[in-house]
Amino acid sequence: MALMSIAEALRQAIREEMRRDPTVFCLGEDIGIQGGWGGAFTVTLGLSDEFGHERILDTPISEIGIAGAAIGAAINGMRPIADVQYGDFLFCMMDQLANQAAKMTYMSAGTVKVPMVMRAPVGATARGSQHAQSLEAFFTHIPGLKVVAPSTAYDAKGLLKSAVRDDNPVIVFEHKLLYGSKGPRTERGALSPMGEVPDEDYTVPIGKGILRREGRDVTLIGKLLTMYRALGAADKLAQEGIECEVIDPRTLYPLDKDLILESVKKTGRLVIVEEDNQFNGWAAEIAAFVADEAFDYLDAPIKRVSAPQTPAPFAPVMEKFYVPSEERVIAAVKATF
Amino acid sequence: MTNDYLSLYRQMLLIRRFEEKCNALFLQGRIPSTLHLYVGQEAVAVGFCSLLRRDDFITSTHRPHGHAIAKGVSPRAIMAELFAKETGCCRGKGGSMHVGNIEVGMPPAIAIVGAGAPIAVGIALAAKMRESGQVCACFFGDGGANEGAVHEAMNMAAIWSLPVIFVVENNLYAASTPVEKAFAVPNIADRASAYGMPGVIVDGMDVLAVRECANQAIARARSKEGPTLVECKTYRLVGHSRSDARNYRTKEEESEWLAKDPITRLGRILVDEKMTTQAGLDEIENDVNVEIEDAVAYAEASPEPLPEETLEDVFWSKN
Repeated sequence: MALMSIAEALRQAIREEMRRDPTVFCLGEDIGIQGGWGGAFTVTLGLSDEFGHERILDTPISEIGIAGAAIGAAINGMRPIADVQYGDFLFCMMDQLANQAAKMTYMSAGTVKVPMVMRAPVGATARGSQHAQSLEAFFTHIPGLKVVAPSTAYDAKGLLKSAVRDDNPVIVFEHKLLYGSKGPRTERGALSPMGEVPDEDYTVPIGKGILRREGRDVTLIGKLLTMYRALGAADKLAQEGIECEVIDPRTLYPLDKDLILESVKKTGRLVIVEEDNQFNGWAAEIAAFVADEAFDYLDAPIKRVSAPQTPAPFAPVMEKFYVPSEERVIAAVKATF
Repeated sequence: MTNDYLSLYRQMLLIRRFEEKCNALFLQGRIPSTLHLYVGQEAVAVGFCSLLRRDDFITSTHRPHGHAIAKGVSPRAIMAELFAKETGCCRGKGGSMHVGNIEVGMPPAIAIVGAGAPIAVGIALAAKMRESGQVCACFFGDGGANEGAVHEAMNMAAIWSLPVIFVVENNLYAASTPVEKAFAVPNIADRASAYGMPGVIVDGMDVLAVRECANQAIARARSKEGPTLVECKTYRLVGHSRSDARNYRTKEEESEWLAKDPITRLGRILVDEKMTTQAGLDEIENDVNVEIEDAVAYAEASPEPLPEETLEDVFWSKN
């Protein structure tokens, strides 16, 4: 057991999977260059020393090529872990992910498998509109992709291992303010949660959420950074006598609906917190299925706390306004009473 | 040698008659969907695929029937797929634009123009990493050559010296747009030097020339010397798809290319060089027609998939 940041836990997962299975390899921009950073957020730092530059493969700035190479390699017997520096660049490779990776198994009637992992950092961090988006909902909308979003070091290691071992394309969303990247790659204002991570091999199953806090009055759901916003709000609300249950879905698709329904049936109130833009978003889907499947248990309208329907702004004061805060979560919870 | 040439002839004729049959079935309303026919370009697929191993890969396009037959996907399975039957090579989940069979090294054809190139690079990357000795032939058209995905792919293949052959089938029109409106260079192969790989131009209506060229490019890939861009100058003797009246090109141009038909051309050589006789060619023709009638009968007799099968195969479910 060791205390680790999420970046360190992801690195350990990659190292262990690459030692275990010679078909696992990494590809991406700036991931293995000597004297470089180990990717934009240090996750692959030092791995090329152990595994060499063929298995920690630096690519040109060619996002379509990165995704396509991962798909092709996966079709031909490898288990690639591809990396984009910022989640926003997934749009550059959208055809490869949405039309190719996601549909190969289906179009081939289940005879072609694409066991690839696509890692992508998300979250607004004073870089302006094109290095800031929370894109998770786009990918949960595409049949054929699995989507995970670990918010703790333990889950980061366990979910990345599950993603590597899964025989389908898995998108792993990581939040820039949660990595705990060090040195020149330190993020200003980061939460950088540290967590206990077992040294031994373990996995966190894809499709299973977790209860982060128990409570009887309101169910709060958050992912990545907004899971911590929900926890912070729950602490403050507890001082006022409102006990919130906090759910971290960990996997966004396939979603652990049972965990959410069980909680909502107990509390009768639901507030969903997301950094994504609200319209047609991730929280909307959760609100819709809960309304559909547990309407009779609800004591109040379901509330969503999201980014507004704007691009992410640059100015820190505006960004603070944009990303859901504990205060906005608290207000939403109170509005359900 | 003679057997080889006869087999090239048979393969090209099989593709031609298969597609003519598809077109007739389509016009009779017996098969759904659209069709992008390969008529005229048969020498390219056959020239390359006749030299590939079963475990070598190809990536194909929205015009994939010729590639599929040449790589060894069974005409029965392709025909049944066109009929949208349970016995089709994609069990009714692919259709004309996604035929393939991974068992013979053909993932479902990729109908997004140019999108197969980066995947071919990945297939070749895996071949290199696994030291499997496989190569990948990546087919695309002059239209595909202008996609960003193809540029990224060719650069990556070159810097990593991957065993991939980029086979551009320049049939002079991207749908209706002539190459003069889409390229500032006279030959697509001229672009190869920009990526640091050999660029070769070949008469795509001459299967023997294509094969010679393919032989060199495959040998180069197989011996770890890296990728080649091969431009096959060819012509689609029919429309882009089923609804194309071909008003953007002249009848004179079409006749000119019809005179270069790769199948009659090879047939003439075979007879002239006394490798066979006209009667020998007729026998092949009969043989091919029997195979196609068998494929049609098989497809027609096959059951349709169940509607509920829609829900299966979204994710990999085998161990």
